[in-house]
Amino acid sequence: MIKIAQISCGTEWSGVQGELEKAADMIGAKLVFPEVDLESIKKSVEEFGLDVESPNLKLMIARAKSIIDDPSEADAIFMVTCFRCGEGALTKHALRKYLQKKTELPLVMYSFTEKPKLGELLTRMEALATIVERKSLLARERQEGLTLGIDSGSSMTKAVVMENNEVIGASWAPTTDIFKSAEKVKKEALKNAGLPADWNHRMGVTGYGRHLIGSKLNADLIQEELTVASKGAAFMSNKQKGEATVIDVGGLDNKVMTLLNGIPDNFTMGGLCAGASGRFLEIAASRLGIDVAKLGELALKGNHKKVRMDSFCSIFGIQDLVSALARGSLAEDVAAAACNSVAQQVFETQLQEIDLRQPIIEVGGTALVPGLVKAMESILGIKILVPKMPQYGGAVGAALLVSGIV
Amino acid sequence: MKVFVFPPNSLILADLVERFGHEPIVIMEEIRKKVTTPEIDSPPLNVSEEELIRGLRYVAVETPSGIRGRMGILGPLIDQAEAAVIIENADFAFGCSGCARTNILVKYLLGQKEIPILKVEYPSTVENAEVMVRKIVDFLKNLSKP
Repeated sequence: MIKIAQISCGTEWSGVQGELEKAADMIGAKLVFPEVDLESIKKSVEEFGLDVESPNLKLMIARAKSIIDDPSEADAIFMVTCFRCGEGALTKHALRKYLQKKTELPLVMYSFTEKPKLGELLTRMEALATIVERKSLLARERQEGLTLGIDSGSSMTKAVVMENNEVIGASWAPTTDIFKSAEKVKKEALKNAGLPADWNHRMGVTGYGRHLIGSKLNADLIQEELTVASKGAAFMSNKQKGEATVIDVGGLDNKVMTLLNGIPDNFTMGGLCAGASGRFLEIAASRLGIDVAKLGELALKGNHKKVRMDSFCSIFGIQDLVSALARGSLAEDVAAAACNSVAQQVFETQLQEIDLRQPIIEVGGTALVPGLVKAMESILGIKILVPKMPQYGGAVGAALLVSGIV
Repeated sequence: MKVFVFPPNSLILADLVERFGHEPIVIMEEIRKKVTTPEIDSPPLNVSEEELIRGLRYVAVETPSGIRGRMGILGPLIDQAEAAVIIENADFAFGCSGCARTNILVKYLLGQKEIPILKVEYPSTVENAEVMVRKIVDFLKNLSKP
């Protein structure tokens, strides 16, 4: 059983400890609390150098030090504090850098409210477990035989058929009914590959709807999207050796993963608001009366500085958009501002939580919006690599990984 | 040497550092630049969105905005520091950043830099004040000259 070290403050007093344990239990992992004795707490805090007042945060620091002293206590680290606690946020982020410098353990952070979303917890813990348990599978670099990958995203469902390291059929469609959407793209991808709809294939599934689709279609691999999309991105951009960072701005949330030899070793997952997602771009395109596919091209002609837009809240972001149009702003400037706003929020909420490693690869449907990629490049000051058919990152990762399952 | 002083707006510390041939790193200089820049308009300090975004290099986005704004200015100053003098538990009148959370982070980041740091308790008597000044003077004298 995988041991996940919980380094946290406030979970019991917020009534969320049960949810954390439930999520760990669902993925077959166990939450463990690194051993500390009372005498060591003061010393650990002094050595760490962050003079926090909250005793629980002092304990958190001591637990982190304990893990560094004896990494065999756990296989991975889950670090959580209360949302809106300034002292907690400072401690958590200082500890994150410290732990990543001193240990090799995969680590993920989370800020909880009194009602944490089980799905969010589950995906994070599942990814931690996958990195620990399936390292040899994640190391697979070539796709072999005939396999199918399905990525059931919040906005779009994607499917690819791969044969001997090549994509031979692909299809994507909006996610409506989760299962029917998956059936539809699967059928079309098989047709595009010249295979019959009832062809008996090895199948990997990922994305929000992975559990439902996986059980109904009897998939050989059901795996969360963080590790699968990372794998797909590294494969598609031919960057399976060395370091890389993968950005996936999804329909409802965003993922940023750092990779070493194609295997993720750290990740962050956003989702505070749809304002930082592809959904915001869809709404913006709809308000401009154009298809989202055209929004990116239009944005390349505009200047985001001419329109003030803050999509930290999608509703307020659209209000800014409507106001700008009413003031006579040009559609291209508004489109550029929408792209910049999403890129800025991804940067502010996620990219600074991770030590970016080059090359930076962007996948997901939003990578097809050139205005967004340009905005991200301009904020980071780094050229971003977008592979061909970036929307299929998750599906390709699933098809590639399932080929390693006998 | 560039000596960061804490509290970061302490005139007394800045004066001491300068007297002993070093360059004090203090927040007043940065604030002066901002107050005298004509196009910025967010009085009285003119901390703008730019500082809040810059602050993200030092703290996470979930950190309260007041800390991020302070770190947008203090962070780059810490980056420059080659030595630091920290007065612990100083009286408000001696100088302060106005935020206890920022204070602990500033001291933590200075500690991470592996530079010479002098920590002295704020004095409660005249005798202690003399001891404090003597310690600071000794520290500054022992730092290599720029």
